[in-house]
Amino acid sequence: MNQSKPFKVIGNRVPKIDAGDRVTGKSVYGHDIELQSMLHGSILRSKYPSAIIKSIDTSKAEQLPGVECVITANNVDTHNLNYRTDHPVLKGEEVNCIRDEVAAVAATSKTIAEKAIKLIDVEYEVRNGIFDPEEALKEDAPLLNRFNKGDDKNKNISESFHYEHGNIEDEKKKSACIITRQYTLPKVTPACMAPSNITATYSAIDGQLTLYSSTQVPFLYQREMSQVLKMDPSKIRVIQPIIGGGFGSKLDIHPFEPICALLSIKTGQPVQILFNREEEFHHSAIRQSMVINLTTGADIDGKFTFREVEVIKDNGAYTSWGAKTSFVIMQTFSSLYQVPACVYNADAVYTNNVFAGSIRGFGNPQATFALERNIDLMADKLGIDRAEIRLKNANFQGELTGQGLQFDSCGHKPALEAVIQQSGYKEMSELQGRYKTGIGFASMLHVGGGAKIYPSDGCGTTLKMDPYGFLTVITGSSEIGQGSETVLAMIASEELGIGLNKIKVINTDTNVKPWDVGVHASRTSFVAGNSILGALKLLKTKLSNKASEMLNTSKDDLLFENGEIKSLSTDTAFKIDKIVRALHFKPPHELCEVSYFYEPSSEFQDKHFKGKVSGCYAFASQAVEVEVDTLTGKVNVLNVYVSQDVGKVLNPLGLEGQIEGGVVMGLGYALTEEMIYEKGQLMNPSFHDYKVPTATDIPEIHFHPIETNEASGPYGAKGMAEAPLVPTPAAIANAVSNILDVEINSLPITPEKVLRAIHEKDQTKA
Amino acid sequence: MKTIIHKISFKLNGGKIEQEVPSSLLLIDLIRDTLKLKGTKPGCLEGECGACTVLIDGVGINSCLYLALNVDGKSVTTVEGLASNVEPLSDVQNALVEHGAVQCGFCTSGIVMNIHSFKDKCDDDNMTPDREDIKKSLEGNICRCTGYVKIIDAVESLF
Repeated sequence: MNQSKPFKVIGNRVPKIDAGDRVTGKSVYGHDIELQSMLHGSILRSKYPSAIIKSIDTSKAEQLPGVECVITANNVDTHNLNYRTDHPVLKGEEVNCIRDEVAAVAATSKTIAEKAIKLIDVEYEVRNGIFDPEEALKEDAPLLNRFNKGDDKNKNISESFHYEHGNIEDEKKKSACIITRQYTLPKVTPACMAPSNITATYSAIDGQLTLYSSTQVPFLYQREMSQVLKMDPSKIRVIQPIIGGGFGSKLDIHPFEPICALLSIKTGQPVQILFNREEEFHHSAIRQSMVINLTTGADIDGKFTFREVEVIKDNGAYTSWGAKTSFVIMQTFSSLYQVPACVYNADAVYTNNVFAGSIRGFGNPQATFALERNIDLMADKLGIDRAEIRLKNANFQGELTGQGLQFDSCGHKPALEAVIQQSGYKEMSELQGRYKTGIGFASMLHVGGGAKIYPSDGCGTTLKMDPYGFLTVITGSSEIGQGSETVLAMIASEELGIGLNKIKVINTDTNVKPWDVGVHASRTSFVAGNSILGALKLLKTKLSNKASEMLNTSKDDLLFENGEIKSLSTDTAFKIDKIVRALHFKPPHELCEVSYFYEPSSEFQDKHFKGKVSGCYAFASQAVEVEVDTLTGKVNVLNVYVSQDVGKVLNPLGLEGQIEGGVVMGLGYALTEEMIYEKGQLMNPSFHDYKVPTATDIPEIHFHPIETNEASGPYGAKGMAEAPLVPTPAAIANAVSNILDVEINSLPITPEKVLRAIHEKDQTKA
Repeated sequence: MKTIIHKISFKLNGGKIEQEVPSSLLLIDLIRDTLKLKGTKPGCLEGECGACTVLIDGVGINSCLYLALNVDGKSVTTVEGLASNVEPLSDVQNALVEHGAVQCGFCTSGIVMNIHSFKDKCDDDNMTPDREDIKKSLEGNICRCTGYVKIIDAVESLF
């Protein structure tokens, strides 16, 4: 929806409407909930990454004063978790990773619950675990997940994806340069600032279960929880307290959540489970590790010819939405830059590592890293400038890619041009000596209008305008800090001509709010934005009908402005609240309320993974200026130039916040973050040993938005929030590789790795 | 082992408090669990993230590393104690809101307290910090959402 009249609210720097509560400590997070007679839950987890459970003795725990309930697989009746139903809530026969839940306790205090856990005796028969996906794929490897419904290829593959377009052999013949490399990406954690939490309260009177949960997908959560607990979904009410960080980690139901529900169902009392930070490192969703084998070609002019991709993903012991990252990875390989042929295979392989989740970017940072590294290597081999080769192959408006993605709007080339120009790349002379500087590039393609992975990718909105002229927006969408409440309020303010202080947003209760698929895939501003625009159109029609009658004028003569509805021709007006009162208190006696459901135009891809998976697509490019200390190996990122096709800037303040936060998250992934596992055990479960960036680590971030006015987006906007972290690690690795004339083909780029690369290069020369 | 209980008295957000606390009680637990002031956040409970920062005699400390009994005779300020009904936001809180320095907000109370501590120290020393000083002052607070830029901008605007 584009409009010719100037915007009054959209495009302004609007602080988050909920920020006042955050800065004063008034916001209620899951940790802050205290219910009457509330018990505290604690979970006993496996000691070993792989073992048979011989026996579980809970008798001593049960006798501890203050213990109200102890559960194990033997005294609960549940279905398995996740879309492949390969994950028991409590493990009774075997354990397959150190995250595995063996028993849980509810007690009158957290101290008693923790003490009781230590009194549970579990006898294990320890097995040799398998921690390398390559080992798990060997024929003589044991079956690692007994619930695996099987893949024809291998018993230890959870899910396989195969995709292809074009004629690879023909394209190989046209190639003047072919590059093959292997890329290795580590496991990292989102490290949300609020550790995981849940409070469950069950009433035996009406059989209703209320879950105060930080889920990002309340309606899918309600449905899956009902299956796991064998309950009627409508008996489950999900209330989202303020969520202290999500980043995709809360797309899946984790076993602690049904465990807390079971403890409440068994005791009839509210139960709360809070993770401490160490548990959070061990037991929350992580970005999965991958090995990507990539072969790419280009012709003599630098035009890309083909890509052959093999991805092995460490699924861990159980499947999560993380196994579906193959969809997004596929899209990057098939369609980021123009490429006539692509063949892609990805396998999610079971191991005895902790199971992976789905973190911001959803596999895309990994795929983009591999692809953008290969592009630099091809440019160097062909003797073509690294910026030029990207411009030559950039995606364009109107392009229909081999995978069937239709780019109705596309800011890829303008974004590349912006970062090339702003970084001063062409004028830059590389420093020599101990400190060397240089620039690396990377682009990215991501969904910008939701992602069709569920029968509906839509969002509902209900609007209520009260007799005092205040608007309540009840949206299906969820807020996890990204600022969507504010954007929705801005849209309502823009359309109705009422102040932001007269708009309330309600979005936390499945008993109240209309359906939405959840906060993921950078979809909320696009999908919930379109949904509220649809609802506002209905509301305005209702108000206009009454106003035109009261002002004795036609409906197209009306303007919503300054809290009034005005006749343009007569310059007479009524306050909006007066019109609402006239609707309600006089005939036709109607409430000023409407509901609307928006479904994007995307479709399920066919069985060959071809088709319109999203309402629109987002593009971004980054140029990163890096300084390397060749004595210590330390990489210092000086400047990050970000240009992104956001369709239309709705709230610059919120947009910049997402860009800056994303880049810094990408910086951590690139340089310092890695979950170090030895035989399935995490070695660095603390902020002391797992280094996330702090304020002193951050580069200067220069942001240049590209507005392509996407026809299907609210005011032309498209999704943007995952994108900023996607190209950052690739661009940093390219910069370091180019500065030192080495190959950095894995993350994180630690000083040790840099020094080793320099040393190996010197040895090769010698 | 017998738990020793200490009688302490201290000022909390301007009011006088008398409390009996066991030796091992952490200040964060006294604040959140006993006194029910939930604005102070438990981010890591190991002194790394800064979410639980409160002021003791005006100086920011991690309340997860501080024994409750050590506040005896001192003045404690939590995020709830900075503003009033008349002025609902302190200058620091207002700057964070206006600069878009808040996203999920779980780290925010600790950051608010740390900035108050830093600003008071700068004012006492008659010092105008530069951007690097500000970054250094925020090093003990982890934020996973904002990338710190807008927090730094907010602090810069206070001087």
